[in-house]
Amino acid sequence: MAAPSVKGFPDFQRFKILAKDDLTSLLDQSPGKKDLVIDGDLMKPLDRIASVSLLKQRGVDKIFKFDGTLKSMHGCEQRVYLVQPRMTTMKAIADHINSDKNINFMRKYSIIFVPRKLHTCLSVLEYEGVMGYVTLHELHLDFVPLDKDILSLELPEFLKSFYLENDQTWIHSVARSLVRLQALTGEIGHVHCIGKGAKMVNDLMNYLMKRDNNSDQDFSRHEIGSLILIDRDVDYVTPLCSQLTYEGLLDETFGIKCGTIEFGPEVTGKQQSAKLLLNSDDAIFEDVRNRHFSNVLGYLSSKAKLLQQDFDKRHGLKSVGDMKDFVANELRRLKEQKSVLANHIGACEQILGKKTKGGFEEYLQAEHSLLEGTSLRENVTYIEELLFKQDNMLKTLKLICLLSLTQDGISPQTYKSLKTQYLQSHGFEQLVTFSNLKSLGIVTEQETGSQASTPLNKVTSGMAAMTRRSTFKTLCKKLSLIPKSEDIDLKTPTDMSYVYSGAYTPLSCKLVEQVITRGGFTGMEEITKCLPGGVHSENHVKRSKGKSARQDRPVSKVVLVYFLGGCTYSEITALRFLGRLKGYVFVIATTAIINSSTMLESVMEKPPI
Amino acid sequence: MATADWNPLGEVYYKKCELYSMEWSETVDISKFEVSAAPYGGPIALLKDESKTARVQVSTKPIVTVFTAAGKQLGQMRWNSGNIHKMGWSHTEDLLFVQDDGVVLVYDMFLNFKKTFGMGQEAKDVKVIDCKIFSSYQGTGIAVLTSTCRVFIINSVDDPRIRRLAEVPGLSSAPSSWAVINLDRQSRALIAKGSELCLIDHGGQYQVQTPDLSTDVTEFLAMSLSFNNRCLAMFTDKGVIWIGSSDLQKKYCEFNTKSPTPPQQLSWCGAGAVVGLWGNMMLVVGPDKDWINFNFDCPVHLVEEEDGLRIIGKYQHEFLHKVPEVTEKIFKIGSMEPGAMLFEASKEFYKGSQKADEYIRIIKDKLEVAVSQCIEAAGHEIDPAKQKPLLRAAAFGKCFLTDYSPEAYVNMCQMLRVLNQVRHHVIGIPLTYSQLQHLSMPILIDRLVLRKLFYHAVKICQYLKIPDAEGASRILAHWACYKVQQKSENDETIARAINQKLGDTPGISYSEIANHALEEGRPDLATRLLDFEPQAGQQVPLLMKMHKDSIALSKAIESGDTDLVYTVLLHLKESMNQGEFFMAIRNMPVAYALFIQYCRQQNRTLMEDLFYQEDNFQEEGTCKVINSFGKERMEDRVEELKLAQSCFTKAKNEFARVQTEDQIKLLKYQQRLEEEMNRPFLNLSLHETIYRLTIGNNHKVAEQLRKEFKVPDRRFWWLKIQALGESGDWVELEKFSKGKKAPVGMEAFVEVCSKHGNMKEALKYLAKVSPEQKVKCLVKVGERKKAAETAFDNRSEEELNYVLSKCGPNDKQLVDSIRSMKQQLGKR
Repeated sequence: MAAPSVKGFPDFQRFKILAKDDLTSLLDQSPGKKDLVIDGDLMKPLDRIASVSLLKQRGVDKIFKFDGTLKSMHGCEQRVYLVQPRMTTMKAIADHINSDKNINFMRKYSIIFVPRKLHTCLSVLEYEGVMGYVTLHELHLDFVPLDKDILSLELPEFLKSFYLENDQTWIHSVARSLVRLQALTGEIGHVHCIGKGAKMVNDLMNYLMKRDNNSDQDFSRHEIGSLILIDRDVDYVTPLCSQLTYEGLLDETFGIKCGTIEFGPEVTGKQQSAKLLLNSDDAIFEDVRNRHFSNVLGYLSSKAKLLQQDFDKRHGLKSVGDMKDFVANELRRLKEQKSVLANHIGACEQILGKKTKGGFEEYLQAEHSLLEGTSLRENVTYIEELLFKQDNMLKTLKLICLLSLTQDGISPQTYKSLKTQYLQSHGFEQLVTFSNLKSLGIVTEQETGSQASTPLNKVTSGMAAMTRRSTFKTLCKKLSLIPKSEDIDLKTPTDMSYVYSGAYTPLSCKLVEQVITRGGFTGMEEITKCLPGGVHSENHVKRSKGKSARQDRPVSKVVLVYFLGGCTYSEITALRFLGRLKGYVFVIATTAIINSSTMLESVMEKPPI
Repeated sequence: MATADWNPLGEVYYKKCELYSMEWSETVDISKFEVSAAPYGGPIALLKDESKTARVQVSTKPIVTVFTAAGKQLGQMRWNSGNIHKMGWSHTEDLLFVQDDGVVLVYDMFLNFKKTFGMGQEAKDVKVIDCKIFSSYQGTGIAVLTSTCRVFIINSVDDPRIRRLAEVPGLSSAPSSWAVINLDRQSRALIAKGSELCLIDHGGQYQVQTPDLSTDVTEFLAMSLSFNNRCLAMFTDKGVIWIGSSDLQKKYCEFNTKSPTPPQQLSWCGAGAVVGLWGNMMLVVGPDKDWINFNFDCPVHLVEEEDGLRIIGKYQHEFLHKVPEVTEKIFKIGSMEPGAMLFEASKEFYKGSQKADEYIRIIKDKLEVAVSQCIEAAGHEIDPAKQKPLLRAAAFGKCFLTDYSPEAYVNMCQMLRVLNQVRHHVIGIPLTYSQLQHLSMPILIDRLVLRKLFYHAVKICQYLKIPDAEGASRILAHWACYKVQQKSENDETIARAINQKLGDTPGISYSEIANHALEEGRPDLATRLLDFEPQAGQQVPLLMKMHKDSIALSKAIESGDTDLVYTVLLHLKESMNQGEFFMAIRNMPVAYALFIQYCRQQNRTLMEDLFYQEDNFQEEGTCKVINSFGKERMEDRVEELKLAQSCFTKAKNEFARVQTEDQIKLLKYQQRLEEEMNRPFLNLSLHETIYRLTIGNNHKVAEQLRKEFKVPDRRFWWLKIQALGESGDWVELEKFSKGKKAPVGMEAFVEVCSKHGNMKEALKYLAKVSPEQKVKCLVKVGERKKAAETAFDNRSEEELNYVLSKCGPNDKQLVDSIRSMKQQLGKR
């Protein structure tokens, strides 16, 4: 079956333009020279929407990074804070103002809240007695378009605050972002929710849409066919697996922040480090980002050879005119390509260096056998060995998490001993980490019951253990997440599982596949009952509007997948692959792009300094 | 004849026409009242001071009555406050009363009290002797003159800010006359002191002005400003009316009335003529000394309008205005203007006369002008009977034009339809077309709403196709606010009636209506109305105002907007005692979680209290543990941990309890070690502590810790091997390897040695590695060739494959030799 020709990604640059316009008009509301103090978390997203020169044009004199530990700040007569609505931030701002008050040097202060102001923040300002000195604004910056198919809210704290602390604040932000998105792209016809947060977002979104419905909505526009909202707590396994695609490895090794990566001297081979914008505009990167790492270097070196040939053309140049032409056009392009290529090759070497050292292979083997649910005993021993050798704490923790997630918890004895060993290796404060992970359901204790001591029960529980299959295992079986064939062609893959070397198909992506091919959750009851939070489907298509979105219209092939709590680059890659395979266009929206380390770090207790 | 009632005044004409015959004619004798009418066809207020008219001195308070311009009564009340000094209207059609103590009372046109404010302490102390209500750039202003001859002024009754104007030097008694001039966004007072005029402002400046006057003057007895504040008329004690610009720089004329007494009213008719009223006689004076005389058969009151003068009498309400230029052009006898020709043509056409064609031919080129003139003239007519022929003429002329935009015609028809409607005596707003232009349609609609003519207002909105949000639904909201004031109906009926009418109309804020109901003292009605409010953000604040906190909280939660939830939560926290508050939120998981979140950042102790109250010892313990990290002093830290420990005991979390206990022990050890060795140990994990001790050659203490904390053998072995490797203590390492049988196998030793680059030592241990592990171990230390050989010796193809898989592109030779080994194995 030939895939229908769907090229059209909705144009998300509009978000940037909107945000830019909003920001400039806010800055214009404080005319004249001013200092801009920006929340550290907003630095990168701001980079994406407004350049420094634009800010300068709008009268910004100096730009400071917000530092909550400073009690006072210097600068000119006018100061604009661009911050996220946090109480601690407010307290720090109040400190700044109060210290200015004490030396009788008053400035004009304004605070721009991103994405909106919160009552709690205002109450802090009021309590500190500075409310009268500040003017307050809001900048509705929600989606930062990282690429033509990736929208990120850049809210890494979503995972912790929603799943761990039950704080629904960001659910509202997510719903808002969808409302604003649909104001641009038109209403999305079908909504599928997987998980409890997804359902909440959907309800809130409907509520907000109804409220803001001013009947002047443009129904003619219709750019996205369906929306799949998926909770991270439905699938914690996938982000904990070691990423093996190029883009995923870049993120795990160097950390991609808001679509940019910074290569140190060890990669560039020069004194200074290089900042690279990683998106589809970089042709070389676009070619390799989705590849399994095993065939990246080969491709890059062949690319290097081609480039060399292009360079060599200059020897064949006949006339002076040709020469001039070459220098004017070709050379510049070639030089740029060369430096990009050099960076990527450098990065590959770094990754390779890190992966060959430190027993990565054993680790990967343990990870894969955990996913398959085999050799349990050996894996526990392996984890213990990592602990005894004082190996990287995140790495060890990842395996403990996977052990628990794939087995529906760890048996009490093992649970206790692993925890004890972990604490002995990495400190007492990890007690809190384990308590957090327990609340999240990532590392739990199996409930065998206290009556296991009676012989009869021992038999039955033993029986139960034999027949019992863990939820994850059921899902693996039902959705065939673990491919049967041993050898999968990583070069020309035929299955999403290639992103994990053919060992595992990401659960989240498989669910997306099921939903789009079935057009909902019908016939999936066996599977959906294994998912926490349940599922929900809704139809928004207005039949009466005549031009209802029919299934064969290309727009119905545009699917927005929204990850609550973040997603990994590997999942994005898998979905891109799925899109190519089935003729869909996937647009990925997420609260943040995460990887196993950033995910775990966000819920870990920081050791005392 | 259309021009029969035109009165020439110099080169222009003035015309008086009847607006209404007054409904009040049976009951009201205007001469017995103090009269005040609002401009723009506004209502008329009458103040009957019986103490003045009654023959016997009675101490009854005066009666105030308000009528529409058509004389229909809107409201009546007996005054029950102080002495009214002056009565007037604001630009929002509120009735203002200024008392002699400077207190201003504001009523709506139905005489419902709205608000009150004063004109300052000084005015209160020394009494007000005169007062002017004037229109300022900010709305309606009030100026009072105190008995000390000081002027206090406010520029807006909506935002009364009192300013004191400069003092007029040497003014000891009340001025003979004064006025407030409002020009260039500034209000100044012009005070007549004898023959002098003084202009004073609130900047403390005063200027003496001398107008150009040809006759002697000892006093100015009256002065009047035109509607636009640009022209001034003054009446001198010699009976002369001086007319000039309000800055006194220009004189238009002086007119000697030969009257020894000043007029009862000196007013302007638009900006073109000054009107003086003496009893039943009215004199109209033009800027060029032309004049017209009118006589009335009963007393009248004059009301200035921007384009004319309303004359209110007992029987009639008339309007005096200049005949508009365009009307003059059409109707003036012998006019050859295109409009006049078209009008004639249309008349002939409807008569069926061929003359119509002739007229049209004459103005063929100017037909467009003609049509516009007819349209405009129609607008200026008040009588529909006169509008019609003009519009008909315009329509007729339009037929001969091919590309004439009908917009002006249609607009005028619509405007006239509306104007005729509001001029109808039932509504009674005698607005002219030019007044409407100035007032604007939304304000006219507001005024209808003010008069509670909701139906008419809605119809007009619908007729003009004004969007619902700014038109009909806004009016409905006003209607609803009015409705909730009807005490006679019960809450249920009103709520239902309102919802029926308003439904889900966009732009309706039920909470605003509910707020009104609340202000009317009907909380139950407010609650019912709030149920219709779709926006939780609007509901919640009002519910809180009504002290319906728990409903507010659940509504806020329903909205999914945590910000709203916080608003309610923080309010609750302030208004309840802690115990009640905790009880209130414990059954609301969302609110509970949010509050915890708030505490986590703002007030950790409160959070612990909450956990304690909830018997959530696990969380309480965790809190204490986290607290302990922040403590500087060791004693505090241990104290917190001990508290945590007891929490964990209560929580039956044996594991956490033991760990906490161990941590306390470890901390104490570390502290002691720091003191003894003068090296940092605090905050290290157990493993790191022992590791450092081993590196530092303190094997004894390390051993002690190992026993104390029951460190497993395998951990201890790994630890010690790695530590010794790192410190390069190969002797000790060898000693260690020869001790108790190692639980980790010899390969650990090999690994550590090779990691630290000591191949010699590595080989030493390699010999002791068990045969199964040997190949792997060799590969690990990089001896692939040896590994291959060993594998071959073991005759294990599997091991050979393993070595092969570890070969890189640089091991070509080795790969070849392994391949041949494999072949050899295969052969055998």
